[in-house]
Amino acid sequence: MYAQSIRSTGKAVQSLEDMSAEDRQFQERINRGEKIEPKDYMPAAYRENLIRQIGQHAHSEIVGQLPEGNWISRAPTLERKANLLAKVQDEAGHGLYLYCAAETLGVSRDDLFGMLHTGKMKYSSIFNYPTLTWADMGAVGWLVDGAAIMNQVPLQNTSYGPYARAMVRICKEESFHQRQGFHIMIAMAKNGNDEQHRMAQDALNRFWYPSLMMFGPSDKDSVHSAQSMAWKIKMNTNDELRQKFVDATVPQAEFLGLSIPDDHLNWNEKTNQYNYSEPDWNEFNDVLAGNGPCNTERLDARKKAWSDGAWVREGMMAHAAKKAERKAERQAV
Amino acid sequence: MSQVDSHLIEFLLRQGDNPLILGHRTSEWCGHAPALEEDIALANTALDLIGQTQLWLSYAAEVEGGGRSNNDLAFLRDVYDFRNVLMVEVPNEDFARTMVRQFLFDAFQVPWLTTLQASSDQRVSDIAIKSLKEALYHLERSSDTVIALGDGTELSNDRMQTALNYLWPYSGEFFGEDDTDKAMEKRDIAPLPVSIRETWNSTVSSTLDTANLIAPSDPFAHSGGRTGVRHTEHLGHLLATMQTLQRSHPGAQW
Ligand SMILES: [Fe+2]
Repeated sequence: MYAQSIRSTGKAVQSLEDMSAEDRQFQERINRGEKIEPKDYMPAAYRENLIRQIGQHAHSEIVGQLPEGNWISRAPTLERKANLLAKVQDEAGHGLYLYCAAETLGVSRDDLFGMLHTGKMKYSSIFNYPTLTWADMGAVGWLVDGAAIMNQVPLQNTSYGPYARAMVRICKEESFHQRQGFHIMIAMAKNGNDEQHRMAQDALNRFWYPSLMMFGPSDKDSVHSAQSMAWKIKMNTNDELRQKFVDATVPQAEFLGLSIPDDHLNWNEKTNQYNYSEPDWNEFNDVLAGNGPCNTERLDARKKAWSDGAWVREGMMAHAAKKAERKAERQAV
Repeated sequence: MSQVDSHLIEFLLRQGDNPLILGHRTSEWCGHAPALEEDIALANTALDLIGQTQLWLSYAAEVEGGGRSNNDLAFLRDVYDFRNVLMVEVPNEDFARTMVRQFLFDAFQVPWLTTLQASSDQRVSDIAIKSLKEALYHLERSSDTVIALGDGTELSNDRMQTALNYLWPYSGEFFGEDDTDKAMEKRDIAPLPVSIRETWNSTVSSTLDTANLIAPSDPFAHSGGRTGVRHTEHLGHLLATMQTLQRSHPGAQW
């Protein structure tokens, strides 16, 4: 998902008996469904994993502004322009909540930015795909936010308090975004002209498999999630969530009169779910390795914003310091 | 009657095109601002401006009575039919120019919308009342930013001064005066823009003072935007981007 390239400890999950007393108490609190708060004891590996997961999630929100921001200046009506602007602004807000949640673990926002800019920390693979037509604004809202919701709704119950609370706020907005995206698809695929229908189908063709990739590698190749699940910083397996997404999305595509680009897609009477083709995991690995269609552009855009803005941040800080100094002088008199 | 109507339409386009074009420019920052808080604040400003545009252009379309919508006015007019001041169409360039422009504009909008609240035209008054709340907040933010960055470091002061020098010749156009302005004044729909010049001067000079910035002394002023006589080359590019979908898919619903 937004933290799809998380590598956990790689070790098998320790049994309660093998843990230190402190770690056992900690794990028992999690098992009881208690929330861990910033000042509470937590194992170093739990803290580290959370920082990486929340950091990747935060980075995904702000890098995620870019593919949609790409269409704000070309939105077709004033209402659509306002809606898209508000949506991309919400994503920046999500980034802000999440950086704040990460900061409670003892890492600064500037440090996290630094790790994003040097490539030490990742963001979701989905944002390395280009947005080529206005239908992509529909497809991103419908599929990408739809996939994000699948992951984030259970994370409202994650064990770390500040993360869980950030998720509650974020989920409310994401479901609104998803509806907004679906309405763009309705306008184009169902009520639009032939050209608009074609754009909508093309957007679905391009975003279907990348959306499936958002859930991360297949469970059989994802050996690292057991610890995260024991810690309740991951609530479901990748394949569980991906299946849930496919089952929810296929009927929506049918409603829109669009076809999912998968010849092997069919309803399985026995399992009561859809059989579907897995995405091309080689492509997924390429994107994670930095070779997706837009990796370079996305990272460059973030780095440019950061370096172009340096004088602004420094100027504001200098002014704040001068103001404090002047105030102190006045009080001394 | 038809004479008065065309003046009213002209007046309303001037009110609507300023926030449309400035809102478009401001929205270009989305995802690229110097800090996350600024990104959110700029998007907020852009949203307010687009909202104001919808109100003004809807009214303009109604007065026109030709079946056009606010979207038709925004997306299907060409350069010579736009009535925004030149200042709002020049490129963002950097954060300094963006914020100095916002400040110079807000310093005009606040007293302007304040007087429009008393317009003899009820719709104009209603839109002004709603927009003024936003403009007051924008002015508070933009003047704080101008002061902070003017007073900040040597570099930030220099950036802000450069922006101010560039924008200053575009500020005189706020106070233009032609037959439309006179007609609006006569009907008590709006005062002459020059009537708020002193208020603008004092807001601007006190803020610039605090910010250690110096207003250029050359009184030269560009004009041609609010009359539509001669826009800058930048507007055509902006419209080419903004209008692309409506132009390439005539009649499509989005
Ligand atoms: Fe989000």
